[in-house]
Amino acid sequence: MGDSLSEIREIERIASGIRQRVLAHTLANNGGYMSQACSSAELLATLYYSLLTLGPTDGALVPAEFSGVPRVGGGHAATGAIFHGDKAPHLDRLISSPAHYALVIYAALIEMGRLEEDGLEKFNRDGSTVEMIGAEHSPGFETTTGSLAQAISQAGGIALARKLRGDTGRTWVFMSDGEFQEGQTWEALNAIGHWKLDGIRVIVDVNGAQCDGPMESVMNIEPLDERVEAFGWDVRKIDGHDIPALLQAGRAESDRPVMVLCYTDPARGLPLLQERYPVLHYLRFSSDDERQKYQDVFEGMMA
Amino acid sequence: MSYEIVTRPHQDSFIKWAKDRPEVVVLSADLTNSCEVGKWRDTYPDRFFSMGMAEQNMLGFAGGLAREGFEPWLHTFCVFLYRRPLDQLQMSVAYPALPVRLVGFLPGIMTPGGVTHQAIEDIAVLRAVPNMTILEVGDATEAETIFDVAHSIAGPVYIRALRGEVSRIFPQEEPFVFNKARVLSEGRDITLLTSGIMTEEALRAVPLLQEKGVQIHHLHISTLKPFTDPQVLDALKKSSSGVITMENHTVVGGLGSAVAEVMAENGIGSRLIRIGIPDTYAHGASQKYLMKELGLDAIALVSSVEKLLGKTLDIKPADLESSRVVSVHSSAKVEAL
Repeated sequence: MGDSLSEIREIERIASGIRQRVLAHTLANNGGYMSQACSSAELLATLYYSLLTLGPTDGALVPAEFSGVPRVGGGHAATGAIFHGDKAPHLDRLISSPAHYALVIYAALIEMGRLEEDGLEKFNRDGSTVEMIGAEHSPGFETTTGSLAQAISQAGGIALARKLRGDTGRTWVFMSDGEFQEGQTWEALNAIGHWKLDGIRVIVDVNGAQCDGPMESVMNIEPLDERVEAFGWDVRKIDGHDIPALLQAGRAESDRPVMVLCYTDPARGLPLLQERYPVLHYLRFSSDDERQKYQDVFEGMMA
Repeated sequence: MSYEIVTRPHQDSFIKWAKDRPEVVVLSADLTNSCEVGKWRDTYPDRFFSMGMAEQNMLGFAGGLAREGFEPWLHTFCVFLYRRPLDQLQMSVAYPALPVRLVGFLPGIMTPGGVTHQAIEDIAVLRAVPNMTILEVGDATEAETIFDVAHSIAGPVYIRALRGEVSRIFPQEEPFVFNKARVLSEGRDITLLTSGIMTEEALRAVPLLQEKGVQIHHLHISTLKPFTDPQVLDALKKSSSGVITMENHTVVGGLGSAVAEVMAENGIGSRLIRIGIPDTYAHGASQKYLMKELGLDAIALVSSVEKLLGKTLDIKPADLESSRVVSVHSSAKVEAL
């Protein structure tokens, strides 16, 4: 399936919508994971709009109230996977690893018409499943991965099960680059390569930023492409804001597990964020003046 | 006292049990023969997955497989199931309450492998983890019959398993029953609760104590979480002179602590002596040596009974010496570990 101009325009529209929704939320709540929205907007928009083959939802779903943690013998606890439609052998799955991107993922689900328009009003509210750090009951999540690097192993198990069953759908994993500092990530890359789980496709937001600042100063992980290739993976390194490149890399055929390293700019679409460099992990306004500057940018976006 | 010695009770029973259960898969972390699943691998090669020395990832794979309807049975040493990958065990398996079976070998001080291989606080750690079930095998019969019990539980199960040469203490026709203690003797003086290999050790002393006129109400405990068997509460209420627990585990957080909690919550004001590893790490040495050094042996039981009764019973260490000793170089194990 070649990408058409209208497809690219639509993905651009969704990406802009993600940034606007996260900025609006950040302004209203004096805080938010803004740089993650700026870096991953095109990546998540391309995934949800084009690359993933998901089942439909019954319109824009209303997130459930939190109904309790999973208990042994307690029946099936609520799952955020319903926002990805029904599961089926031929359909794809998306396991999102960096659970602190939840705000961005919720915004993407709203843009896709899978989560109700007002869904972010329930963000981080007591008794809501629209949690700040997404867990498996939160919209768009089916695993609990706030302790980073655990998603790729769980996705490995899911992909192994699907391979044993003969499923044809892919198992996608959305990751952040900081997770490559965890040893578990490399254990998982090794195991997925060893067991030739070619149904796995990992897409990484390499925004080069983490909680303490630039990754190169906190703990360097580069050259990431060479390191991952050495584990037997088919690695594609692209500009994560280049939608045709995202489409091409995501759709590439391969007989190996594929990893798409999307190099991104954590201030893309919101250059004002650069003023806070190098601490970009979480945006909380330091003064009314700063807040007003962001308010002005937001109004410009909406004009 | 001598018992039938069964060689590798886990190995063939598990092969037989898994035969018509295609959802049962085994994940192993480079200790396959040491955990008696080498033959299982050769029997069911399509259901065996070598995960290498990478336990954090193995726990995650297990969670993923279980979410998709498979029943992973992880085999490695106890320490590598809960100590190294505890966060993965909690977030990828225990929180979602997935039916993953963690078959851990070498509980407590059963290995000369030293501190790195000795799971002395696993029960304490895992009792604190919500959704976990904890089982402990005490003899060959329990090793051979634990599979249906673990399989029947909808959530994660941690098993302190036995391997190699294992005594058969309980009749083969009396399988492992979930959350049900075995009553080994009845009496009103002392209530004794033992688990795992400590039951056999206690049984060296109990007949001698009974000969001295001490009535022992002895329960063998094989389900450590949940700890809600009504027989336990009844037995704890019964003793006139006190309660003794014996476990192959630190005295902090294991069987002794679980018993203390039940006693306190039910207002049972008896004395309690917890025999176990006295809040210390151990080191590499034989099981028999460590049991003596750490005070986990039959002699420790005799002294504890004497302490509770306030009198000496004139039982000599030599009287307790008749029990078997397993060589660390037994051919039933693939290495001396």
